[in-house]
Amino acid sequence: MANSTTEKSKAVPAQNISAMAVLAPAVGWLIPGAGHMIQKRWIRGILLFVSIVALFLLGLAMQGRIYKANGGDILEILGFIGDVGAGGLYLLSLAMDWGQGAIAFATADYGTKFMIVAGLLNFIAIADAYHIAIGKKQ
Amino acid sequence: MTITLNHFSAALVFSFFASIVFGITHRDNARDMVRYGAYCFVMFLGGVLVAGWAMWVLKR
Repeated sequence: MANSTTEKSKAVPAQNISAMAVLAPAVGWLIPGAGHMIQKRWIRGILLFVSIVALFLLGLAMQGRIYKANGGDILEILGFIGDVGAGGLYLLSLAMDWGQGAIAFATADYGTKFMIVAGLLNFIAIADAYHIAIGKKQ
Repeated sequence: MTITLNHFSAALVFSFFASIVFGITHRDNARDMVRYGAYCFVMFLGGVLVAGWAMWVLKR
């Protein structure tokens, strides 16, 4: 029994976590696309930055609402998880008290969804930056 | 500043930016990224148009 456990632990390859594998996702979360830029994927990084920031700012301009981490019902929590993916943009919005107004017209709800999707797309970009950092993707 | 987009222009903007991110993150080389991004864009907008016509038919 003990022998098989030892063999199992030997079979698992040691993860070679470089500093970039930690830094790229962290920077990518804070500034969308920056995880690619610090790995010299300039064009990809700029395109990701423009796309995610544009979606988030359009959401704000459409009078979308920012969710806060105050619990409540499940949809509020899911909205918060989406929003928080936008990283620095989300923190900036909280600091500046943006996106807190009452939704005055029907299409403002699109703005709320734009900001959630911007955060979720940034999560994908973060995962991509990590895969580049560990050499799984070029 | 307040921007008011109608349903279709909101879908257009959403599809455009989401397709860029999908293209970059889901493929390995530049050519495949452009092709996949374009594919996603067409699928997003195609889905919107199909869903729109389906709702129009159901409403009648």
